[in-house]
Amino acid sequence: MSAATPTVRSATDLVGGFTAEAFARHLAGLPSAPLWWLERKRAAYALFESLPLPSRTDEGWRFSNISGVTLEGYSPAQGRPPFSSSPAPIAVESAATLFFAGGSPVGSAAVGADLVRKGVVVSTLSEALERHPELLREHFMAQPQKLGSAKFAALHEAFVQDGAFIHVPRGVEIEKPIVVVHSASGAGTAVFPHTLVIADDNARVTVVDLFVSTDETRQFACGANDLYAGHGAKVSYAAAQCWSHEALSLQFNSTVVRRDARVQSLNLHLGGRQARHESLSQLQAPGGFSEMLAVTVASGTREFDQRTLQIHQAPNTKSDLLYKNALLDKARTIFSGLIIVDPDAQKTDAYQSNRNLMLSDDAESNSLPGLEIQANDVRCTHGATSSRIDPEQEFYLKSRGIPPKAANELLIFGFFEEVLDRLESEELHAAFRTLIRTRIGA
Amino acid sequence: MSNITDTDSLVTSAENPVSGIDQAAGNFKYDMTYDFDAGTGLTDRTVDYISEVKKEAPWIREFRQSALKTFFSKPLPTHWASRDLENINFDKIRYYLSQGQKPKRTWDEVPADIKRTFERLGIPEQERKFLAGVEAQFDSEAAYSNIKEAVSKQGVIFMNSTEGLREHPEIFRKFFGKVIPTGDNKFSALNSAVFSGGSFIYVPPGVKVSHPLQAYFRINAENFGQFERTLIICDEGSELTYMEGCTAPKFSTATLHSAVVELVALKGAKIQYITVQNWSSNVFNLVTKRGLAHEESEIKWIDCNIGSRLTMKYPGVVLKGRKARGEVISIALANDGQHQDTGAKMIHAADETTSTVVSKSISVGQGRATYRGVVHIPRHLKGCKNNTECDALLISTNSRTDTYPAITVRGDRHAVQHEASVSKVSAEQIFYMQQRGLTEGQAMSLSVNGFINDLARQFPMEYSVELKRLIDLEMEGSVG
Repeated sequence: MSAATPTVRSATDLVGGFTAEAFARHLAGLPSAPLWWLERKRAAYALFESLPLPSRTDEGWRFSNISGVTLEGYSPAQGRPPFSSSPAPIAVESAATLFFAGGSPVGSAAVGADLVRKGVVVSTLSEALERHPELLREHFMAQPQKLGSAKFAALHEAFVQDGAFIHVPRGVEIEKPIVVVHSASGAGTAVFPHTLVIADDNARVTVVDLFVSTDETRQFACGANDLYAGHGAKVSYAAAQCWSHEALSLQFNSTVVRRDARVQSLNLHLGGRQARHESLSQLQAPGGFSEMLAVTVASGTREFDQRTLQIHQAPNTKSDLLYKNALLDKARTIFSGLIIVDPDAQKTDAYQSNRNLMLSDDAESNSLPGLEIQANDVRCTHGATSSRIDPEQEFYLKSRGIPPKAANELLIFGFFEEVLDRLESEELHAAFRTLIRTRIGA
Repeated sequence: MSNITDTDSLVTSAENPVSGIDQAAGNFKYDMTYDFDAGTGLTDRTVDYISEVKKEAPWIREFRQSALKTFFSKPLPTHWASRDLENINFDKIRYYLSQGQKPKRTWDEVPADIKRTFERLGIPEQERKFLAGVEAQFDSEAAYSNIKEAVSKQGVIFMNSTEGLREHPEIFRKFFGKVIPTGDNKFSALNSAVFSGGSFIYVPPGVKVSHPLQAYFRINAENFGQFERTLIICDEGSELTYMEGCTAPKFSTATLHSAVVELVALKGAKIQYITVQNWSSNVFNLVTKRGLAHEESEIKWIDCNIGSRLTMKYPGVVLKGRKARGEVISIALANDGQHQDTGAKMIHAADETTSTVVSKSISVGQGRATYRGVVHIPRHLKGCKNNTECDALLISTNSRTDTYPAITVRGDRHAVQHEASVSKVSAEQIFYMQQRGLTEGQAMSLSVNGFINDLARQFPMEYSVELKRLIDLEMEGSVG
């Protein structure tokens, strides 16, 4: 309820290194792009320019370190980096792999011939622009930005260089995951990773997004991913964010769930100096189910800012959110979740839970679990807790002679297991545990 | 002079059988002539007028004038709050109306119209039954104020705040505006500029006031704004229960009620503050309530909101001393056209402080109930605990409920949990009761009363019975 005196920012503050000239250079680098695509980019740039940066009185940015969200000193990655064979930070057997460095494709392991025959497409966005423009028009950044980052989503759309395009036709099921690796390198670099997954009716696919930096410099990652699950489709999406410790990361996730479809998304947050993740799930038709999971290891002085929105637009839909944060050192986390049940979306079953494990006296967790319910025949529950490790468990481990550091690690894994356990793929489960271990050990 | 007007008796007709019934008891007004009237609209002259009429000390006038500037400089909090606030026309409100500044000590002296008002609402009966003291405020000033001799002999001070300022400035000034600073929010600034009436209570060390003190607030005039200011100080080891109730007739234009209530519980003191808010459905009820709890003291807010058009009220406790305890129990009932935006704020500022929030809301028809809360535990404290539970019951198909808590915890030595759930009345329960011969309406009432029963039990008997009766009325015909 305090006084609202919006901070006045200069014009250069509004766009930072993303000036009209930088945008013109970016467009000049896309000679073969179709006209409609360029038009969309121009419109997005105009929107980006016109929107203000978040201010202290924006509810969508409550508790965020707004001064850390600056565009000053970043510029889009230049030129095509040499092919880097840096392997994916995790080892999983994949159906196909795509590598992007600085936003440009740098290599791939193509999808098998049998899947190609069935019509599966795993390609870059630029290839899809030539071959599947209609699908791109329909699904690329087509959902509303409701969580506070409209300006940055517009920036992403304006400057997105390339990205992954995955289309699984009706009834086709892919067993192994499709892996997409996005990497960034060099100080002051901005990258705009994008992954678009379209699963037609009754299709099944697992996609893994990996975000890595090749050096520990100050970078800006402004990424988006769109997941579309047609009637009866099943999409599993897992992402590991391992950007540089100095990176500012903004990631926008949008999920559309159609009739009887199931989407599971799990985000592992490890990297970045300040990382914000926005996740929007729209349950558009009866029988849809969206499972939203996240695991965050917040250490050092990092800030992890997670904003979620579950919108139940049709009757008989279900959503289940579980976000767990382990807070060490002087880290901060923000969880702001909202469940919206539209009028007449009866028989909604929605759950939202945020658990914060406080492991340091200097860590700070902020929880804003929200509900907006406009139908009466629903089951909606949410919960948020912040507490330390159970002293009895700690004592038990101590009495067994386990050193404090190892005991802590065991307890953190125990805390995360409830989330990781929901991953169907054991291989992926093991790979994510390894990633967490390296971060806790580091 | 005394023409009773029953306003809007037609609202209780068929199209919505529930609206209006709840306010039936308070839905009448008397045509009054006021001896003191600050006119319509708000300028520094309004503030001077109030200050002059009350013959206030210069520091109070300065306090009011500076608060007025703060009020004008602050924007409406519509970036998070309901846009309905924009419908308040501050230029059309009458800020001060009274028939005199000195309340009557015996019931017989109270002017006939005012006496009839309160008798119709059952106020003197309440006192005769069990209260230790009663104050009745009619528009801007207290019409009647009395405290039982036995209680005042213990050194308990209970009077309206106008008198409090005049007779006990040394206590009043020390605590006034310290718990809720003028600039806390736009409406606390408004209240600080034009406040009039409200209770002033001081309980000396070790005194346990065995029976509740009660205040009753009544708005009679149209386009009126009531801005009472309550200040309660419980000295070391003392105990107090305070209850307030409020009603207003239903006018076609909006009425504003914007109170500021400050509580101070010194070491080991206990304060229980009970509100049953039953304003008519044209009242904007924008109230700031906060308590300051010193070492090992306890402040408990029991807040029940049934009436008003828009209520925004988040009783808070600043837990300033070690082992202080804060509690908010909130019951809200939102019917057609009503928005109950209620909640709690718990600010932990010392080690081993604990707080509890239990909120139950019921939305009927197009009613909207909102829970908004803050739990704040800053760095370098240890052993703080908070437990928050919010349950919402939705009666009709498109009733609305929202929950917006904000919880900040720093450090690894605390335990905080928040839980909320939304449900509807179980069809099976209704079926069972109907099968046993209850009507659908009776079954519904029983079910809703069951939902709030464990909270309603914490109310004093009279209030708990009253609450049940109100809910019965609200539920009548609301099925389907």
